[in-house]
Amino acid sequence: MINSRFFNRSELLGFLSLLLLLAVILPLFLDVFRLNLVAKYLTYAFVALGLVMCWGYGGILSLGQGVFFGLGGYCMAMFLKLEASSVANTKIQSTPGIPDFMDWNQITSLPMFWKPFHSLTLTIIAILVVPTLLAFIIGAAMFKRRVGGVYFAIITQAIAAIATILIIGQQGYTGGINGMTDLRTLNGWDIRTDHAKVILYFFEVFVLFACIITAQFIRLTKLGRILVAMREQEDRVRFSGYSVANFKIFAFCAAAMFAAIGGAMFTLQIGFMSPSFVGIVPSIEMVIYTAVGGRMSIFGAVYGTLLVNYAKTMLSESFPELWLFGLGGLFIAVVLFFPNGLSGIWRDHVARHIDRLIAMRSSKSKKAWAIKSAADGAPAE
Amino acid sequence: MLIGHQPKEFLLAVEGLTVSFDGFKAVNDLSFYVEENEIRVIIGPNGAGKTTVLDLICGKTKATSGSVQFRGTELTKLKENQIVQAGVGRKFQTPSVYDDLTVFENLEISYPRGRSVFGSLMFKRDAAVRERVEEVAEMIFLKDRLNMYADVLSHGQKQWLEIGMLLIQDPDLLMLDEPVAGMSVSERVKTAELLNTIIKNRSVLVIEHDMKFVEDIAHKVTVLHQGQILSEGTMEKVQNDPKVIEVYLGH
Repeated sequence: MINSRFFNRSELLGFLSLLLLLAVILPLFLDVFRLNLVAKYLTYAFVALGLVMCWGYGGILSLGQGVFFGLGGYCMAMFLKLEASSVANTKIQSTPGIPDFMDWNQITSLPMFWKPFHSLTLTIIAILVVPTLLAFIIGAAMFKRRVGGVYFAIITQAIAAIATILIIGQQGYTGGINGMTDLRTLNGWDIRTDHAKVILYFFEVFVLFACIITAQFIRLTKLGRILVAMREQEDRVRFSGYSVANFKIFAFCAAAMFAAIGGAMFTLQIGFMSPSFVGIVPSIEMVIYTAVGGRMSIFGAVYGTLLVNYAKTMLSESFPELWLFGLGGLFIAVVLFFPNGLSGIWRDHVARHIDRLIAMRSSKSKKAWAIKSAADGAPAE
Repeated sequence: MLIGHQPKEFLLAVEGLTVSFDGFKAVNDLSFYVEENEIRVIIGPNGAGKTTVLDLICGKTKATSGSVQFRGTELTKLKENQIVQAGVGRKFQTPSVYDDLTVFENLEISYPRGRSVFGSLMFKRDAAVRERVEEVAEMIFLKDRLNMYADVLSHGQKQWLEIGMLLIQDPDLLMLDEPVAGMSVSERVKTAELLNTIIKNRSVLVIEHDMKFVEDIAHKVTVLHQGQILSEGTMEKVQNDPKVIEVYLGH
């Protein structure tokens, strides 16, 4: 038996240190503005986590995760927008009770597909189901026909482009290029206050850890091992009696669902959703976070996302025009020099020393104990 | 009412099998039959279509025309994984094992249970799985390497591992593509021994060039040449067939 425990020692260390960092250290030392930035970064960590499953383990590179992130975010935004567009709030509009951008676009009644978003329960279901269903349709269409690798990546990128164009074009239904702004309350609870932001931060960390545990659970099942096997020897898996397409669809759907949860969190944290988080560029950035963190590492993905986004904020605050070059350079450097990302550097250079230290200490303490017990006249074990 | 001679039930009946790649017929109107518990060896010069025949049976390549019946089931209409589930196992020419998984995990994946997405999510590594994996690992000489990653195994060990993966799958028809190619002499002897134990209670279709090895194991030999059958029968008959000597054994 190799891995009977849920986390091995280094994973447990990763889990606990991440928990300590996110749930204790950052909230203690950061002001609300910075904490809210971290919360924004963490919404991308959900996407990165999904990419670890789908790209790292399953070998399916998707350059369109922004679509699922956006879908999750828009579902959340639709609920919040409807709540903010009560008749009392919108009485100056020509049609009160519908979102402002609809009114500006001469739409006079709420479209059918908006109606379910009056209910929070249905909204939560939509956040989880709609993006997953889309991923299922794309996955079934592609993987059943054995479209994979670069071709799949290009198609997902095209879908990201299409989604952006669609959202911008259908201004009356989606808010167009501005997105859905001016979101205020969640079931009557004002989400714009500092207090709400802190609570939402802790809620997000909680959901993130739930997703991390889910990802780890999947990784440790036979399905996780089949994903790894598939990445290397697709034919062998097929000729061991598995339908490779179905496993790919599963991995892609799981990644989509994680991304959608991240998107919904984003809307709650930042208070708006726009097509600029859906398109090609954000989708590729999300892949870079995963690559920097280490595409094989669940924890690496979270650290990578935090680090790249922190660097992005720092750099774009001081040298806004340099950021894109920095990001490109970072990606090239990671691919060329650290193909396993941060987690690879950690494993090869840091974890080894820690292991040696632990081994030394435990052998030392054993020795000390043996000497002591010999001196006491007790039989050494 | 059954009167007179009844046709024998074949395990595998290949009839009129043809595949054409852009007009080139790699396999041309091929028919042969494999009985239960028969060991059939396919030999032939390079490019005769031997590997293509296995590809056609296991669904890797789609036939242009003809039929492959396995226990009365038409295989040409099934997907690869359905063919495996029907009871056909295939070993590839180059060892294809999962380098990033351990020997144990390699064998476990081939264990015929939990093959659907949700089945594999719910799959439990219970005593039955563990015992079977250990039993097979012992047969393929890898018992003390269960926790090693497959990428550190030697070429011969990888071949054995793949044979073990097929063994755990427990197919009724086992297809092996050059199982001893690239092996050292001692590995070859061990492999022959291994094959002799695993071919019991099942039919085997083997492609092999090593004539000594073929003589040791074959019940019947099929000689392929340019996608067609040149000769078929016992090793002795085939070896003395002047056509076979001319195109293949004579060299």
